[in-house]
Amino acid sequence: MKISIERGALLKAVAQAQSVVERRNTIPILANVLIEAEGDSVQFRATDLDIEVVDKAPAMVERAGATTVAATTLHEIVRKLPDGALVTLTADVAAGRLTVDAGRSNFSLATLPREDFPVMASSEYQSNFAANAAVLRRLFDKSKFAISTEETRYYLNGVYMHVSDGPDGKVLRCVATDGHRLARVDADLPAGAVDMPGVIVPRKTVGELRKLLDDDEMDIAVSVSETKVRFATPDITLTSKVIDGTFPDYTRVIPQANSRRLEVDAAEFAKAVDRVATVSSERSRAVKLQLENDKLVLSVNAPDSGAAEEELAVAYNDERLEIGFNAKYLLEIASQVDRENAVFLFNSSGDPTLMREGNDQSAVYVVMPMRV
Amino acid sequence: MTSAPGLCRECLARTGEARRCPVCGSPRVLRHPELDVLTIAHMDCDAFYASVEKRDNPDLADKPVIIGGGKRGVVSTACYVARIRGVRSAMPMFQALKLCPDAVVIKPRMSVYAEVSKQIRAMMDELTPVVEPLSLDEAFMDLSGTQRLHGHPPAVMLARLVKRMKEELGVTGSIGLSHNKFLAKVASDLDKPRGFSVIGRAETAEFLRDKPVRLIWGIGPAAQESLERAGIRSFTDLLRWDQEALVARFGAMGQRLWHLARGEDHRRVSAHDPIKSISNETTFFEDTASIDVLDGHIWRMAEKVADRAKARGLAGRVVTLKLKRANHRILSRQQALRDPTQMADRIYRTARALFDQLGDQGPYRLLGCGLSHLCPEAEADVSGDLLDPQAAQRARAERATDEIRRRFGSDAIIKGRGMR
Repeated sequence: MKISIERGALLKAVAQAQSVVERRNTIPILANVLIEAEGDSVQFRATDLDIEVVDKAPAMVERAGATTVAATTLHEIVRKLPDGALVTLTADVAAGRLTVDAGRSNFSLATLPREDFPVMASSEYQSNFAANAAVLRRLFDKSKFAISTEETRYYLNGVYMHVSDGPDGKVLRCVATDGHRLARVDADLPAGAVDMPGVIVPRKTVGELRKLLDDDEMDIAVSVSETKVRFATPDITLTSKVIDGTFPDYTRVIPQANSRRLEVDAAEFAKAVDRVATVSSERSRAVKLQLENDKLVLSVNAPDSGAAEEELAVAYNDERLEIGFNAKYLLEIASQVDRENAVFLFNSSGDPTLMREGNDQSAVYVVMPMRV
Repeated sequence: MTSAPGLCRECLARTGEARRCPVCGSPRVLRHPELDVLTIAHMDCDAFYASVEKRDNPDLADKPVIIGGGKRGVVSTACYVARIRGVRSAMPMFQALKLCPDAVVIKPRMSVYAEVSKQIRAMMDELTPVVEPLSLDEAFMDLSGTQRLHGHPPAVMLARLVKRMKEELGVTGSIGLSHNKFLAKVASDLDKPRGFSVIGRAETAEFLRDKPVRLIWGIGPAAQESLERAGIRSFTDLLRWDQEALVARFGAMGQRLWHLARGEDHRRVSAHDPIKSISNETTFFEDTASIDVLDGHIWRMAEKVADRAKARGLAGRVVTLKLKRANHRILSRQQALRDPTQMADRIYRTARALFDQLGDQGPYRLLGCGLSHLCPEAEADVSGDLLDPQAAQRARAERATDEIRRRFGSDAIIKGRGMR
């Protein structure tokens, strides 16, 4: 194999591949990226056995072929090469080396045979549809903060993507929760997605997927089966196993009858929460909200470090209420609001609270209060 | 003969050169050149649990008594009569009974021992504010600077302490007095029971020279073996190594060994060593792989851990499950919680989830639960679980159970799963 490729294109392709590679690996080949050159392009493939990414880039292929090298080393080298350099990759199968030449720099890297590289079994996808990148970006960006890291509840370690009933018909819905907060985000159902099975997309896949979604105009080809999900752009294909588990029935978690309504400017609210939380103890980060007659008093009382209080003008005309929350959770949900005021719906100081943007039902958040 | 200061351990009189105490005639006279200047002490009760049992039941006085329990249990404490027959702590019970078939085996009454321990602690607190308990029956004390307070050097106060323990509480203890923790602990073991040994600065090197390294607290069989592979058996062997070589070979332990070899130990006696974890484990009567039986054990261990956490006003954010397989291989799994807990229910559920994810069939001989990354209970269980709306109800039930037990005793109410 011998190819020449512009440094920028190479860097982009290798960066995507190497981020899938796990830093600590017991199987040496999994630290490598598979480079395959044919026709007028080269593709880079990396996997951690759960996720596989294949990234294609145009290249001058002098000699077709394939080999594998350490993904992080190759990435580091390319990253350090000067912008605009032309990079030549030459595989010497007999010597088991890949040489990387650019200008006066040259590197020789150890390779492992391409035959050893595990390629993810292809599968039948029950559902194939196209979704706009901006739509997917909103679905995942607004829900991923609530993904759980608790391994004992592995079925919460991802975003539950499924088809559900919205107020105006079927929607494509993403839900994530860690038991303390929950995010539910809806989008119009893309054509052809109605039969999609519900899948739990793992946290790492969500992170990798994000890199495909920067271009608002791009349509992403989505394929879903009971066990796998695939997202593809013309250049990049991301295939991932989904979490083998049952996502809990989240519908009963979302309060339906909370009647005490608070409306507040989300940005002002977030800033105030952030300010008073400065003195809260590192661990609990508890903030108390006192509501009465269009007035919200945010306060923190941490015996070891100090106290803080801030008053905000809000719209609230229900009974007096005192309720505590983890400041981090409040900040996270408040930062999801970008167009209108944040609307909080409370019940009592011990019950889950609901938050949404204005009257928009397409993204709702639930957060559990804490004792203060 | 140089005139070293002396002390009668019976009547606490300061003695001259006489062999026996000139005041009371007792032969229990302690004499040491550095007797009045050493300040770091280690107090270790003699066969503590057994002494308490003998105190509470005088019929047992001359009988071999073993504290421990169960067919599979081990000896927790053996009285000195039983020790003469070869019984040692940590020995399996069946082996102990083979050596000493007429032994009286008593199940430990921890609450009684804890009570006596508290009384001893109060006596130690009168000597110095710097008391570092290692367990119910032993503690380090730093008596530096207390001479002017008490009007007597530490040695006199320590002799008075063990005398009071015997007279007022009916238990005896041994004292080690030296210039650091390591040597004080070594000294207290030198002439047990009712011992009082002194290791002075001047004699430290001489004392340690031919002693085996297992003398060091914390050097167990495994460490001994790795030292032996390096040709280190005695302190003399250790002295041949330079500091870099020891550190290179043994890491942090090497550093410590280098100092200990020279009789140096820079650890302070620390009265406020915070508890780092709370755990409980149980060895089964027979190996088991039954999920039902194991589930019962998980619950009971979780409950014990929670009880202890609640008693201390603590909570923890990491739950550990430990299992020992029949082949003695240990499996240990941990789970961090989003917010800390002291509730048996949450500890149990977390440990049970860890158990379900083990992917191991057993059988097991031991199971334990632990709680670590501790914090004050005010920070615990502050938030509910969206996905488990019944959790709050169970927590209220647990608090109510605790209250009932507090009033009517620990058996007043128990969970069905605790009876499996």
